[in-house]
Amino acid sequence: MTCCAPSAEVATDLQALNAAGPAVDEILFAAKNLGNGLLQTDLSVPSMHCAACMSSIETELAGLENVISARVNLSTKRISVKWTGTEPPPMIRALDALGYPAHLSDELVAGKDKTLSELLLAVAISGFATGNIMLLSVSVWSGAEGATRDLFHWISALIAIPVIVFAGRIYFRSAWNAVRHGRMNMDVPIAIGVSLAYSTSLYETATHGEHAYFDASVSLLFFLLIGRTLDHVMRDKARAAVNGLARLSPRGAVRLTADGGRDYLPLGQIEPGMDLMIAAGDRIPVDATVIEGISELDCSLATGESAARSVSPGADILAGTHNLSGLLVVRAKAAAKDSFLAEMVGLMEAAEQGRGAYRRLADRASAMYSPVVHLTALLSFIGWMFATGDWHHAITVATAVLIITCPCALGLAVPIVQVVAARRLFDNGIMMKDGGALERLAKIDTVVFDKTGTLTNGSPILQPASDVKGEALGIAIALARSSRHPVSRAISKAHGHVSGDVRLQDIREFAGLGVEGLVDGHVWRLGRTSWAASASMPDGPMTGTVLSKNGMAAAAFEFIDVLRWDAVKAVSALGRDGLKMEVLSGDKQAAVAHVASQLSIRDFSAGVLPIDKVNRLQDLAASGARALMVGDGINDAPAMMAAHVSMAPSSAADIGRSAADFIFLHDSLDAVPLAVKVARGAERLIKQNFVMAIGYNLIAVPIAILGHVTPLIAAIAMSGSSLLVIGNAMRLTVHDGWLPGLFKSALRRQKLVEA
Amino acid sequence: METLLYLMPIALLLGGLGLAAFVWALRSGQYEDLDGAAERVLLDD
Repeated sequence: MTCCAPSAEVATDLQALNAAGPAVDEILFAAKNLGNGLLQTDLSVPSMHCAACMSSIETELAGLENVISARVNLSTKRISVKWTGTEPPPMIRALDALGYPAHLSDELVAGKDKTLSELLLAVAISGFATGNIMLLSVSVWSGAEGATRDLFHWISALIAIPVIVFAGRIYFRSAWNAVRHGRMNMDVPIAIGVSLAYSTSLYETATHGEHAYFDASVSLLFFLLIGRTLDHVMRDKARAAVNGLARLSPRGAVRLTADGGRDYLPLGQIEPGMDLMIAAGDRIPVDATVIEGISELDCSLATGESAARSVSPGADILAGTHNLSGLLVVRAKAAAKDSFLAEMVGLMEAAEQGRGAYRRLADRASAMYSPVVHLTALLSFIGWMFATGDWHHAITVATAVLIITCPCALGLAVPIVQVVAARRLFDNGIMMKDGGALERLAKIDTVVFDKTGTLTNGSPILQPASDVKGEALGIAIALARSSRHPVSRAISKAHGHVSGDVRLQDIREFAGLGVEGLVDGHVWRLGRTSWAASASMPDGPMTGTVLSKNGMAAAAFEFIDVLRWDAVKAVSALGRDGLKMEVLSGDKQAAVAHVASQLSIRDFSAGVLPIDKVNRLQDLAASGARALMVGDGINDAPAMMAAHVSMAPSSAADIGRSAADFIFLHDSLDAVPLAVKVARGAERLIKQNFVMAIGYNLIAVPIAILGHVTPLIAAIAMSGSSLLVIGNAMRLTVHDGWLPGLFKSALRRQKLVEA
Repeated sequence: METLLYLMPIALLLGGLGLAAFVWALRSGQYEDLDGAAERVLLDD
């Protein structure tokens, strides 16, 4: 299993969630009924990624009672398990024991990707037709004449029909949509060019003409479909990876009924006034008031506060926060649709409308390009009509102009660069939602950071200065290992290599206070100072975490929310790129100021509410600045929609992840400068590609207008310019290690085989 | 000229066979887990 280490960074985020795992009711609720008592559950396991992972997972799950079959899909990182019986098999616990944190997946396999199948089929059909028609065309170009030529043309026409109908449909549909709404896109000239080329060629064939453009119309569709399919696959892959991460809002909750019974209700059916039971490790489903129990809540994703908040009966809690230590009974204050989470969704929608639709580079280019092309074709038709009066020749020339100018290179110029860029980002653990985001990222001049979870790790780390030694340290570690509280986890993590030889008895965890245990008759407590060291002198510091022996403080621990390990480097790299930076956080003034000064960022605001974040970004946009928002919390999501472009770490709340344009998987904040660099490089290449495509047109169009273009010249010019554009796009990877990258993956595979 | 009469149908048939094979592979779900298929060859069972 050693080969599985590299993707552990994703797994760590999930550990907190998996400590409890979804309830049996939740699995039952999400299972799909296949009939005959057969049920299917889809699990998402982001940390599996090799053959060894697959075989051990499949064998383990298939060995469980009542499991009929288990099949891993490595591309989507999902497992579909078919099982029978009334109680779901302990799949998640079994996977957890194997070391693969798993959670219920949102989508069932039934919702397969229809678009991808359609595109692949269209590529296959047009590829088949292009190959065969080209063979026939080559024989025509090399001198086939008379009846043979006509036969070849007729066969070409026949082969081209399914392509025009099936592959062309995609373009006709999109072009029709654009025209109907009074817009122009790249697909309009494509649709016109292809259909005109096909119909004039049919006429040529029927009248025993010399020049038919069947090859051009079909290969055009083939090239363009490749670009479109690549684009789709890229976005699909990013989406699958994003969906594969943890889902943070629960599907429902356990309700306590008036007669003491309990049942599981889906989220949509929870109404104000219901009493709900929230176990330690669960997310709070709706805004509520605590009526029983004491616990601590991790609010970092909701408010940006890094310290856990302790709650007791009477406290108001927000949906989406995480119950850490104790069992709570809460009374719902609002239905899910009126809760904090839903409020944020509303804010996000409002912010998105405010931003206005971004028009993609390719669409803007074609809006200028298409009228020029159509006008040129029309003018050359009119010109030849006047000059010769031969309408057949005039139409042939106009068709040649349309085919030559058909934006084959232009259509590939943008997607091919974006696919190469996406590939490069993906290799560095950054996922991009769509190509437009890359174009927007290239234009930014300001970066706005959230603090908790973005600039910092979001979980406390034991201050190295805490000098606790000997017996006290051993007991503190033993106590810490018995608890799941973030502070305890920080202590055990900092001393992971120490072997525990301390015998603890009667370990008890007090929610919101700490852990207690007996060693040789002495009571040791690790926790809140006011509780653990209650017998200490009253004038001592009463905050922080201490270890106490029989009520007397024995050692103190200090924690800090540390910066991501390379935050300073990343921020200074962004500064060198000439970007302005700013921190917006919901945390306390002192904490934010400390982080900002460490990173030498001068502009920061603390205690900011979600709506203030949105306002700040809208102000920035109004003043002409283009801002990149990097954030992770629920409270950042609306601001991310308001920003020009946004980025989130994979540990972000799911609502934040769905708002972000880019998601980075690795712990390193280096992803931000790298993404900016790739985006700027991609923009430069796209512009170069445009210049090349236009330069090609400047040479080819006059030849076409003068009537010297034959199908052979059109075929050569078209594929030549496309190859040029593709070759240029590849430079994005070549200049720093495309070949080394290939070697590396080959090496990795080699090692895997040896292992 | 006569050779064309049987060579061309053969060429088209062979191309069509390739296309049919691809469509069959697509329909039977062989493109659903490309990464998994690449790794499964390493398993012994």
